[in-house]
Amino acid sequence: MAHDSGSKTFDVKAMLRDERFWKIAFQVITLIVVLLLLSFFLGNLNRNLIQQGRAFGFSFLRNPAGFSIGESLIQYRPNDPYWQALMVGLGNTLTLVVGGIVLTTLLGVVAGVASFSKNWLLQKLSRLYVGLVQNIPLLLQLFFWYFAIFGALPRPEAQIGVLGLAFLNNRGVYIPWASSALLAILGIAATVGAAIAALYLWRWRTKIRIETGVGGRPQSIALAVVGLAWLAIITVGMNWTIPQGIEGGGVTGGLRLSREYVAALTALVFYTSAFVAEIVRAGIQSVSKGQWEAARTLGLNAGMVMRLVVFPQALRVIIPPMNSQYMNLTKNSSLAFAIAFPEIYSIATTTYNQTGRPVEVFVVMMATYLTLCLVITVVMNQFNRSVQFKER
Amino acid sequence: MTSVTPDSVSSARPDVLALGPVAWAKKNLFSDWFNSLLTIVIVGIFSWGIFRLILWAFTVAQWQVIPNNFGLFMSGTFPSQLYPRIWALLAVVCGLAGLSWGVLGRNVSTLFSRNVLIGLGIVCAFIVLFPPTRPNSLQLLPMVALVAGGAAAGRQIGRKFPGVGKWISLSWFLSYFVALWLLGGGLGLTRVSTNDWGGLVLTLFTAVSGIVLCFPLGLLLALGRRSALPVVRLLSTVYIELVRGVPLVAFLFMGQVMIPLFLPIGSRPDRILRAVIALALFSAAYLAENVRAGLQAVPRGQREAAMSLGLNTPTTLGLIILPQALKIAIPAIVGQFISLFQDTTLLSIVGLAELLGIGKSILANPAYLGRYAEVYLFLAVIYWFFCYAMSLASRKIEEKLNTEN
Repeated sequence: MAHDSGSKTFDVKAMLRDERFWKIAFQVITLIVVLLLLSFFLGNLNRNLIQQGRAFGFSFLRNPAGFSIGESLIQYRPNDPYWQALMVGLGNTLTLVVGGIVLTTLLGVVAGVASFSKNWLLQKLSRLYVGLVQNIPLLLQLFFWYFAIFGALPRPEAQIGVLGLAFLNNRGVYIPWASSALLAILGIAATVGAAIAALYLWRWRTKIRIETGVGGRPQSIALAVVGLAWLAIITVGMNWTIPQGIEGGGVTGGLRLSREYVAALTALVFYTSAFVAEIVRAGIQSVSKGQWEAARTLGLNAGMVMRLVVFPQALRVIIPPMNSQYMNLTKNSSLAFAIAFPEIYSIATTTYNQTGRPVEVFVVMMATYLTLCLVITVVMNQFNRSVQFKER
Repeated sequence: MTSVTPDSVSSARPDVLALGPVAWAKKNLFSDWFNSLLTIVIVGIFSWGIFRLILWAFTVAQWQVIPNNFGLFMSGTFPSQLYPRIWALLAVVCGLAGLSWGVLGRNVSTLFSRNVLIGLGIVCAFIVLFPPTRPNSLQLLPMVALVAGGAAAGRQIGRKFPGVGKWISLSWFLSYFVALWLLGGGLGLTRVSTNDWGGLVLTLFTAVSGIVLCFPLGLLLALGRRSALPVVRLLSTVYIELVRGVPLVAFLFMGQVMIPLFLPIGSRPDRILRAVIALALFSAAYLAENVRAGLQAVPRGQREAAMSLGLNTPTTLGLIILPQALKIAIPAIVGQFISLFQDTTLLSIVGLAELLGIGKSILANPAYLGRYAEVYLFLAVIYWFFCYAMSLASRKIEEKLNTEN
């Protein structure tokens, strides 16, 4: 019969009805289309670059940059190579991002927790802040802080002193700082180290108190010792220099945070914190009401309920979206170039303007931001694992 | 054995339900010393800030910069003799908005409830009283009438032809091309170079174009990332993750500089088009993640049930999965649209004169030197209004579509 012979030879009709065939065919077609598009774009790119006489390559990064940079963490002179200029930009981006992440976390958590305050005013204030800041573009806020707020500060001749410890004028903010960069790094390292040591000691003390019921006095003493050592390093060891106002305007000593840096940091922190506050609020709301009530029943006061029962549980919900807010902050730090803060995007565009190499510059930029985001993701995932429920 | 003595029972009185503003303030503002301190500090700082702001607004600030440049803020350097075209565009949008409102609200008993009438009254009063809009009251008041008239007409039409709802989206789609024609000219109208597009009109145009373009792209990417086909999944994932790792400024920079390089020698698309493409390609990756979250929230049983009914993959997706997933994802999607709208400000960095860009160029005018606070506050109010309206609309849609309970 015809039907029999059909099943032995290659049956096109049956194949067209077979879902497996279509699955493979669809993928092959997609792949071909994507490859064709890529080869079209890359071919055009190649032709365009050859026509402009600039073959793809990164050797230009070793040429002298020839432009000066307003502020930098590391030594930089205008005739240093491009890659060093980009490193300066990376350093500035990092100061902005690290400062931003620390301050955003603080302000965001405070604003988020405040929306659960018993105080009606504080509650409404938190809602007002979020509703206002989330709905205004970051770039506009950045300009507002830079031009309308920090730009409206008095000139150095009429600068504002804050308790004789800090000064504000329209060139920047001057704060007390360690007398050398090495000491400053040492101080920061000491702070971080002391915080970690204190955390472990506290956990150890709690664990011993729960398991054995003894007072944990040695641990308390150790905690006090760590605290005193830290205090000693910070107050005496840092060799603080206090900014001094000069007659007729200007400041010597201390650390000058440029107006660009302060404005960019303020705008980034205020903007991102509003989103963090919403995340924290959603996280706290996700903790079931019974947890609040049970904790209250055990006799904990409002602060302890939040700190010991609700917040640790809320953290499970809070951490994953925080990752993307930190990444947003990192990426948004590139907007600081609009107020001429020399971070990596700004240096990269200058490099492009001078060398006319958009592709290479874009690749460098993309690699930098991708790496930063990757680092944040890895750290946050690690942290996330430590706060998740330990199940089975 | 412990027992309650009768004495203590009788002495415990029931709590008196305290009412009135004093009791309210005691409970919410002064419940303990910390709360009271907090209240006093907040009130102190707040009233000082408000006082300083009002003082500044009425003594130091020079608001002339806003009414003097109102045309620039709204439509950039669009030739003023062609302003009727902008008005026509506004009329089209207002008429359509009214019609859609009427058709969608055809089953509401009173379309013009008291709140709506108060709202319309406030808008009219604002138009007449607000100095920058007052000269254009003659054009703006009929727009309000057009919305109201459209709503009334739309309700009648909607009641007569219940199937008319489908045509609403089609007419919005067509209105986009009408807008393009009215702004750009051609087909009997004088051509206007895209260099003369600007202000709020350009902001809204780029935002709408970006949204329209990024939505289907984001949907496809989300489906691709959830697909069972490894090649499709890999390609979508790589695209989404690469784009999400790069700041938008870098992407716009690429759009302006590199799109011409990726195209055949000599072809150079319009810079607004390039900006819109970059904006849409960027937002699509974020939108895809929002849609993906919605897709993940649809229970597996839905797909299995659809499959066992004999639906194939496209119909399962289109009829069963996507309607549920999109409904779940609406808040996130609108949030993404809001941030796309805010992101249009970055176009000022690549040299387009949208709302923020035109603000910058007005501030560069020596006559308005140093009027930063006035201009930026004005722009902030505009942006806030649109973003807030969008999030409000999203909440309304969410309530409407919530079929649970």
